[in-house]
Amino acid sequence: MSAHEIEIILSRQLADCLTVPVFIVDPEGTLIFYNEPAEQILGQRFQDTGEMRVGDWGNAFQPHDKNGNEIPPEELPLVSTIKTHVPAHKTFWIKSLEGKSFKISVTSIPIIGRSKEFAGALAIFWDNDLKV
Amino acid sequence: MRIKLHGTRGAYPTSSKETQKLGGNTPCIEIIEENERLILDAGTGILNIDFDSYHTSDRIDILLTHLHMDHIQGLGFFKPIFDPNKEIHIWGPGGSSYPLKDRLNSFLSPPLFPVVLRDIPSKLVIHELPNEPFRLGKFRITSKFVCHPGPTVGFRIELESKSVAYIPDHEPMLGNPYLFKEDNWISGFDLCSNTDLLVHDSQYSREEYKNKVGWGHCSMEIAAELSERARAKRLIMFHHDPAQTDTDRSQKFKKFISTHTYDFPIELAVQGQEIEV
Repeated sequence: MSAHEIEIILSRQLADCLTVPVFIVDPEGTLIFYNEPAEQILGQRFQDTGEMRVGDWGNAFQPHDKNGNEIPPEELPLVSTIKTHVPAHKTFWIKSLEGKSFKISVTSIPIIGRSKEFAGALAIFWDNDLKV
Repeated sequence: MRIKLHGTRGAYPTSSKETQKLGGNTPCIEIIEENERLILDAGTGILNIDFDSYHTSDRIDILLTHLHMDHIQGLGFFKPIFDPNKEIHIWGPGGSSYPLKDRLNSFLSPPLFPVVLRDIPSKLVIHELPNEPFRLGKFRITSKFVCHPGPTVGFRIELESKSVAYIPDHEPMLGNPYLFKEDNWISGFDLCSNTDLLVHDSQYSREEYKNKVGWGHCSMEIAAELSERARAKRLIMFHHDPAQTDTDRSQKFKKFISTHTYDFPIELAVQGQEIEV
């Protein structure tokens, strides 16, 4: 397996240092890294799961709207950024491991580095109830 | 192919007698195969290359890892650049908002340099490095962006089954004493993979690195870990700190090597050294 582009590697180094959940996907939408705070959302550890295909991680945290209607993976900001190569933002609800819904905001950005090629995308999840 | 180390010192050239064993010139190495030659980086080491008595081709190819001063400061002073019969091809990283030519011109022009680029007598051809491997004569060249401030690449030069990797300025992990455990998350890994010779940044001891995070260089330990993980067959520790004497560097190297075990040779780069792979 070839090494990731340097901008993806640096994104992981940044994510490693952050206390907000960060997800990094490759150009195909495969989840190639998530940091420790993101493990709390997915309910799984990166060292246990390794990479996850979009169909697997897209449903893992049960995204839904305020009425409880399921949001398909293609409407998630990260998946949108993979398709359009532009930033995306959305506020929606996900379910905690205990089954309780909570509101989050997700911002995703494309990662286009010095080679000018689309290398993937990074998303930050923000818990709207988080006290900082 | 033969690899000649013409400049091994980082940051700025030194002339004190305490730095002459490992060398005072800034980065430049020469790769030679029969009558063909590549020059990697154009620090003051380039001034040590004999352009008169061997490999007298009118074409000279210089591959720059990046444009920090210690890697280009020999460019304006090496003899062929003033020879109208010479064709000098300079290859360097793109990835900036400004073309490579403009970035080089900001150094090779007044007030930093007396002559503007367009008035240099030799025929100068400037190329931004392609994103895929390419060939110059017998050599197959791969460049990859690596972790260092500003657009910076490392090189892998291959000739038939032999290869050398050159990553003189590299901080693969910012602020962390170990690399990620997955190989494909390591900056520069593909360049080093199974190479016969790795010439790599090793400017600091592990202790020194703690106060130099983000400066773009790495410890001896990280260089050795990368080399081991990538199964490089030999590691040359490069880019010596100019503020350290040869004795300082040698003592730190001895301390490092006495506390680690590797199954491949590791040594400090020495200016003037020639290595056959």
